[in-house]
Amino acid sequence: MLGTTDQTLATMRAAAKDIRRQAVRMSHRSRAAHLGSAMSCVDILAAAYWGVMRIDPTAPDDPDRDRFILSKGHAASALFAALALRGFFPQSVLEEYAQPACHLEEHPTPKAAPGVEAATGSLGHGLPIGAGMALGARIAGRPTRVFVLMSDGEQNEGSVWEAAMFIGGQKLTNICAIIDFNRWQATGRSCEVLALEPLADKWRAFGWNVAEVDGHDVGALALAMSGLPDPSGKPLAIVAHTVKGKGVSFMEDDNNWHYRIPNEDELARALAELEGA
Amino acid sequence: MRNAFARTITALAKEDLRIVLLSGDIGNRMFDEFKGLFPNRFYNCGVAEANMTGVAAGLALSGFRPVTYTIAPFNTYRCFEQIRLDLCYHNLPVVVAGVGGGLSYAGLGATHHSCEDIACLRALPNMSVLCPGDAVEVELLLTEAVRGPGPSYLRLGKKNEPVLHQTRPDLTIGKAIVLRDGADVMILNTGNTLPEAMGAAEILSACGISAGVASVHTVKPLDLDLLTKCFGTCSLVVTMEEHGSAGGLGGAVAEWLVDTRLTRDDNRAPLLRLNTGEHFLSACGNQKSARESCGLSAATAAKSIAARLG
Repeated sequence: MLGTTDQTLATMRAAAKDIRRQAVRMSHRSRAAHLGSAMSCVDILAAAYWGVMRIDPTAPDDPDRDRFILSKGHAASALFAALALRGFFPQSVLEEYAQPACHLEEHPTPKAAPGVEAATGSLGHGLPIGAGMALGARIAGRPTRVFVLMSDGEQNEGSVWEAAMFIGGQKLTNICAIIDFNRWQATGRSCEVLALEPLADKWRAFGWNVAEVDGHDVGALALAMSGLPDPSGKPLAIVAHTVKGKGVSFMEDDNNWHYRIPNEDELARALAELEGA
Repeated sequence: MRNAFARTITALAKEDLRIVLLSGDIGNRMFDEFKGLFPNRFYNCGVAEANMTGVAAGLALSGFRPVTYTIAPFNTYRCFEQIRLDLCYHNLPVVVAGVGGGLSYAGLGATHHSCEDIACLRALPNMSVLCPGDAVEVELLLTEAVRGPGPSYLRLGKKNEPVLHQTRPDLTIGKAIVLRDGADVMILNTGNTLPEAMGAAEILSACGISAGVASVHTVKPLDLDLLTKCFGTCSLVVTMEEHGSAGGLGGAVAEWLVDTRLTRDDNRAPLLRLNTGEHFLSACGNQKSARESCGLSAATAAKSIAARLG
């Protein structure tokens, strides 16, 4: 297990900064939406890929590898940027994101690129798939751990709770559900659209251990994720409290950036802010 | 058919350690042998078909060969998007087995009927649609289906259906089996109405009409060679299925017929489609009486065919 040494912390923070810069550029260049959703989960990706997961970008099909599933597939730009930066494929491929003939679409496709474990985009699919991977690892006796990143709006989907019950019932300890709790879904506050709160208690009631962390504190995130497999014999849910659009002042907690695309001026301002961060 | 399914999947799992059986809280005692032999390869996923299908995808993405098993309407309509995206979009070797296909559970009401499942599943890219006509076909189709390479839907009946194949036929997915030849009429049957189709052919033969029957156990991909042959040589081609009028075997054959009609003087045989119609069946009693009311019993089917021949 990688500890959260000063060096690891610095690496994760630097990765997060690079991913954010890429995500803003990708949205601008390709006129692709969901930038706010991508920005809110960047630190989670950085903690997973630089601080926690046992992965080798030169062996993306290693059957013992840890799996990361971006169940909130609309944040694909952040995932692709993370994978490229981590060395799964050349960063130049990001230039083609969401362009004709490029396999990096606005939601991850099957085998979109090395490192993409599952196609997502319709919400509520990642946790059941992750449950199957975790179960498969247990059957085969492999050390694989599975990390599934969901959005808070995604908690609306019944299949999430079917999977939560299945995983809790099977006592799968090699899977971690991470909820990017940025308090917005497409058209409103996630706590107002449906009865989302108390979210952590819901997961506890389904048989999970729950860690609540600052979703922009890469050290805290890495520490929580490294708790897998949980010695208590329960699966682990991490409720990551985040800010939608994190990192760019005029995007933060403004749900217009669920769909808005930065213009030239906004791109320059965003990149300047991120550079100075 | 369901006992043949349980027997076959148990035998296959002995040979292929990748097979994992997922059940949607049915099959009480049916899988006891499987569970006894492979306790870590059987999972009751509860009444949660969407999750069960996603779990199957995750297992397949990890190198396993999962089979999901529950009542046909629940294993198809309830989790249709999981089948579409998790299985078909990823093109994974997962068998979706639906027990009680068509009107097997007629008396339980329309909640338990599956007369739109072939239409729905046939529409999905990468999906094969397999409808065995008896227990022998269950065994052979399941054996082929677990080998992949992609997803398949195995539409089972219930139990104690007549066995039509007295010997084990050569079975290839996508190639229908002609059970009896007929010069005047060819009945293309898919699934559990096969005994009725055979009975109808007997009745017609007794009336001097030469009627053949093919078990079209694979609705997708269709056996185009057989279609070409029987539409070219017979006076009438009949499709027969415990499925609605939209999108089943009859629909697939009709699409093919239109797509291959290249000239105005196309003199191929006309098509008669026997099916359950396009309404929810209610107060239809058991499967036998439901078939009679839909015109899918041997006698009612023979009557429709004879009337069409004039």
